[in-house]
Amino acid sequence: MQASTPRRRNSRRTVNAVMTTLTAACAFFAVSILVVILGYIAMRGLTSINLQFLIDTPKPVGEGGGIGNAIVGSLVLLALGSVIGLPLGIAAGIYLAEFGDGWFGKTVRFVTDTLTGVPSIVIGVFVYTIIVLPQKQFSTWAGGVALALIMIPIVTRTTEEMIRLVPTSLREGALALGAPQWRVTLGVVLPAASTGIATGCMLAIARVSGETAPLLFTAFGSRFYNYYLDEPMASLTVQIYNYAISPYDEWHALAWAATLVLMTLILVINITVRIFTRKKF
Amino acid sequence: MNPQPNTPTPAAEYGALARRRSFRRSLSATGSTGDAVFRVLLLSVALLILLIVSSMVVAMAHNSMPSIREFGFSFLWGSNWDPVKGEFGALPFIYGTIVSSLIALVIAVPLSLGVAIFLVEQAPARLARPIAFLVELLAAIPSVVYGLWGIFVLAPVMREWVEPPLQRSLGFLPLFQGTITGIGLFTGGVILAIMITPIISAVVRDVLAAVPVSQREAALALGATKWETTRVVLANAASGIAGAIILGLGRAIGETMAVTMVIGNRPQISASLFEPSYTIASVIANEFTEATGDLYLSALVEIGLILFLVTFIVNGIAKLLVWSVTRGTSGTARAT
Repeated sequence: MQASTPRRRNSRRTVNAVMTTLTAACAFFAVSILVVILGYIAMRGLTSINLQFLIDTPKPVGEGGGIGNAIVGSLVLLALGSVIGLPLGIAAGIYLAEFGDGWFGKTVRFVTDTLTGVPSIVIGVFVYTIIVLPQKQFSTWAGGVALALIMIPIVTRTTEEMIRLVPTSLREGALALGAPQWRVTLGVVLPAASTGIATGCMLAIARVSGETAPLLFTAFGSRFYNYYLDEPMASLTVQIYNYAISPYDEWHALAWAATLVLMTLILVINITVRIFTRKKF
Repeated sequence: MNPQPNTPTPAAEYGALARRRSFRRSLSATGSTGDAVFRVLLLSVALLILLIVSSMVVAMAHNSMPSIREFGFSFLWGSNWDPVKGEFGALPFIYGTIVSSLIALVIAVPLSLGVAIFLVEQAPARLARPIAFLVELLAAIPSVVYGLWGIFVLAPVMREWVEPPLQRSLGFLPLFQGTITGIGLFTGGVILAIMITPIISAVVRDVLAAVPVSQREAALALGATKWETTRVVLANAASGIAGAIILGLGRAIGETMAVTMVIGNRPQISASLFEPSYTIASVIANEFTEATGDLYLSALVEIGLILFLVTFIVNGIAKLLVWSVTRGTSGTARAT
């Protein structure tokens, strides 16, 4: 580099300055896309949202209508998905962290990773073939199972990582006191990793709360409040989709308002998780 | 004492005990029954996951049998999709999926590399942390919301401001000819690009952070500028970056709602990027509930199976590449 002439050094400096500016511009651009999208949702959503909208069921064009049943439906589907998916995911994560070093553990880890990469629409097709087709009916169950299948790999991998972070000395201490391994894992290791695991669960819930594709032909959607798990169930995301692709301006406004509700839920979860993890680490 | 014929000899008894012990020991190190139960419970959950994924392949293969028997491999290159006549060829969807994903990569790769380089190599931690969080939030926006925004904001912008200048300057290429509607392959690719940017940049960040600091110090000590140092780091992380890009490709291929809402949903193969098209994921989303007849349904399930296998292969390659760079460092290591 000593041999470089002033002119060459100058051009190197210029390239450096240009590239630094370009990368900063990329970051700025990515963030500004986020701001533009969220800002637009807030703008369009706030102008058409009101209390009645949050309670009503969908109505024909020209009569208003709301997303009350869709909010309830989304919550039911999320609860069902969590009840099925979280325990399975956490258990599989514990297995991988504590016993998963052999070939079987490696296989399970690989398969779990595979499940992470499966497009959510394919999950929908799968659940359709194993639940909807035999029962000849769209059902809340099917939707819940589809969401659970998406949650399981996310929860499994986070649980495994968090449990692996727990120091070995903690385990050894408990074992040395004569505790059997199951008590060590459930009573000492799991509580120590609980914040991290809870974070993973929250993120999994946030992720599936925005899923539409796997619900299209499992929970399907409904225009009424529904309290039965073996019947089709409305959801915020499918409702947004149906409003969005309709030709009516009035329904488009409803879609934006519903989106505002959905995004608020998702952002609250994400920011809460962010605050929690920052305190912890 | 006379040994009774039914009581086992001490040696046999000991052998049985030892076998039982070794069985228990194989289940857990401390040998208590609680541990054995605990381990078997966890093991059965792990087995359940294996069972679910394998039954995914089996169930979809089983349900696509009518279509596989009817069309064989010609399903893949048949370009006619006519449910009324019972003709099913998936080529238009395969074409739409590939082209929209490629457009997404062309836009998203430079953008995400820029973001990741900025966050890892240039920005001070105080700035990098919040920016990294905001970029990650892009991945938290649901697909259907991107679709909604795509229909009402992006598509008009493309129609008025982006596609006409492109056609004026590059219109001699067939790619940029045709009617401009704002709804089509190009808009689909752009929305996909926005959606995969946070994914690619997050993985590239991990990969760059895994490159040893000594590499940077060596380059800087030789008098390299910041950018020249970055190039050394990039060269070191090349296979991991390739992995990140392929991971983004896998995501783009399987993305459904947003693309369905802006791509136009017309099963045709056209040289123009401005024309409506159709992807594998969107045809499933649109036609699955309306599929009448076993053949129609099984053709759609077969398309789903193809999508599953393709994403499986693509993600597998990506994981190997990323792993080749980040192994040895913690998977959760972040530059922030």
